[in-house]
Amino acid sequence: MSKLSVRSQPIAIRDVTKTYGSFNALENVTLDIAAGEFLTLLGPSGSGKTTLLMVLAGFTRATSGHVLVGSQDMTRVPPHKRDFGMVFQNYALFPHMNVFGNVAYPLRLRRVSRSEIDTRVARALDLVQLSHLAERPIDALSGGQRQRIALARAIVFEPRVLLMDEPLSALDKNLREQMQIEIRNLHENLGITTVYVTHDQREALTMSDQVVVIDAGRISQKGAPREIYERPANAFVADFIGESTLLPVQAGADGFAFGGRALRATVAPPGGLFLVARPEKMELHRTDMDPAYNLFEGTLHQLVYQGETVLAQVALPEGQTISMRLTSRREVMAALPEPGKPITLALHPEDTVIVPERGQ
Amino acid sequence: MTAASDPALQTGDNAAALRADELRERATLLGMSVPALLIVGVIVFIPVGWLFWLSFTDGDQLSLTHYRRIADITHARIFWQTFEISALVTVLALLLGYPLAYLMSQLSPRWAGICLIFVLVPFWTSLLVRTYAWMVLLQRRGLVNQTLMDLGIIDMPLRLVYNYTGTVIGMLHIMLPFMILPLYAALRTVDMNYMRAAANLGASPLRAFWTVFFPLSMPGVIAGSLLVFILSLGFYVTPALLGGGRVMMVSMKIQQDAGLYFDWGAASALGVALLVITLGIFWVLSRFMRIERLYGGR
Repeated sequence: MSKLSVRSQPIAIRDVTKTYGSFNALENVTLDIAAGEFLTLLGPSGSGKTTLLMVLAGFTRATSGHVLVGSQDMTRVPPHKRDFGMVFQNYALFPHMNVFGNVAYPLRLRRVSRSEIDTRVARALDLVQLSHLAERPIDALSGGQRQRIALARAIVFEPRVLLMDEPLSALDKNLREQMQIEIRNLHENLGITTVYVTHDQREALTMSDQVVVIDAGRISQKGAPREIYERPANAFVADFIGESTLLPVQAGADGFAFGGRALRATVAPPGGLFLVARPEKMELHRTDMDPAYNLFEGTLHQLVYQGETVLAQVALPEGQTISMRLTSRREVMAALPEPGKPITLALHPEDTVIVPERGQ
Repeated sequence: MTAASDPALQTGDNAAALRADELRERATLLGMSVPALLIVGVIVFIPVGWLFWLSFTDGDQLSLTHYRRIADITHARIFWQTFEISALVTVLALLLGYPLAYLMSQLSPRWAGICLIFVLVPFWTSLLVRTYAWMVLLQRRGLVNQTLMDLGIIDMPLRLVYNYTGTVIGMLHIMLPFMILPLYAALRTVDMNYMRAAANLGASPLRAFWTVFFPLSMPGVIAGSLLVFILSLGFYVTPALLGGGRVMMVSMKIQQDAGLYFDWGAASALGVALLVITLGIFWVLSRFMRIERLYGGR
């Protein structure tokens, strides 16, 4: 498989604001994307992640602020002169052209010679493993094939940046997981700076070098997937990514406490309000455990069997319910008490994270 | 307890009953379309069939007399003029209608609805009234000539009516809604993400329009053009009034033969010839413009 050459370039977003009437879709967004990085914009619907992508692509004009690629200010460059590849949510493959016509389209616009077009289209189709479909009409392709053709069309002209707008949302779960890995591999091969939009946190964590969590038009946190998950910067990120119960904590002179018990926490910022209790970080307490563990005593409310895992819901005397996820191995489940009986959960201090409400 | 073991539930072969239900549903559907089928059969096919028969008879015997009579240079000119005017009106209606339909397809539903009302208003006005209105506007001392002379653009009144020009202007006005409505319906369905994709891939707005939007709007272009062309071929009132005797279309000749000379055979022969030539043209066109080529190829 031959490589397409790609100029990977950094992107700098500076103070981008987009307002619709009195509604702020984006508020002073400043973001640096390193050359060759795979960055995901993650957020709930209406958070502004798609608006930011549209501003990058040039389809939406920012109210103020700048977008720089390499050293060039792109803010006022029309979309057709930006030289960005994009994969649309519904692929937007031209139905009046076949696969070859679609992939050749950006090359024809660039007045590439006929023979060069043939080789480059062949190379791009090869990259997505669909060379045999070149003469197919678009409506004869399956969802996954369309997805790959859209990808081939977006990279065939060796764009400066690759943008993807929820490209996998229309595929079923198995195909989606397969495509996540393929897109990731393709990115590693090409090394093209990629901005990927999704509302699927698992997808974001699986694929990205960097994840940017967007909430109500602002960047809530930027970091590597593990950092975002293990060290959420605030309650919004902790709540949006992964499962968690947020337990209100009391701040005292000597640290934080929950239910009158002092907490040994790794991340404990000033102004911290909530303990992030993630089910899979919880363990069933054993007497031989390190006494540094934070303990939560309660009553086992119910057991939810989920196949490979089982979720134990524990009612705390303080009123909240926290969960513990265990693998459904026989000896693990045998160690659990009957529902209605007391149970003690343990949380390692390294996994004890306390976060402020929203923003920083 | 499963359903099969419950004695209160009837089991057994019900294929025949289900089949009967299906047949009854189909019969109901067919029954509802019977009145329309009858009307078409009685009011269209019988008279048309009778006229068709008339065109091939002379007195009581089969003959091609009527066809031999219309196979002359005079009739050839009439046919030529009919097709020429129809084609011209179709092309002009497309040129004027497309930009408006495009605008409407891009507007919010509210504004598109308002535009649609303006397109439809002429529909609610009598054809005759609109044709006479054009006479008033276009005549020697009409509003158009008067304005142009007052502005000093022309010295002498233009001959805008009772000729070819007047006929085309009048017909164009009548036909425009027939072009705009199917065009608008087709343009509205073109997903603007295709235009975004084209722009993203490097197409200027003009390139994107010609390489993506226009090809995708072809079904509307063809539907509108066919409708206008076919309606124009049989048009009578407007060319008769605005043509001032200088324009002779097939429909007017038919009226003359039937109404003036009571020569039903000759009139029928003209009608049949018009139908055959029109079908012939579409047959040739359809061979050149295959659907797959319309949506097609590399």
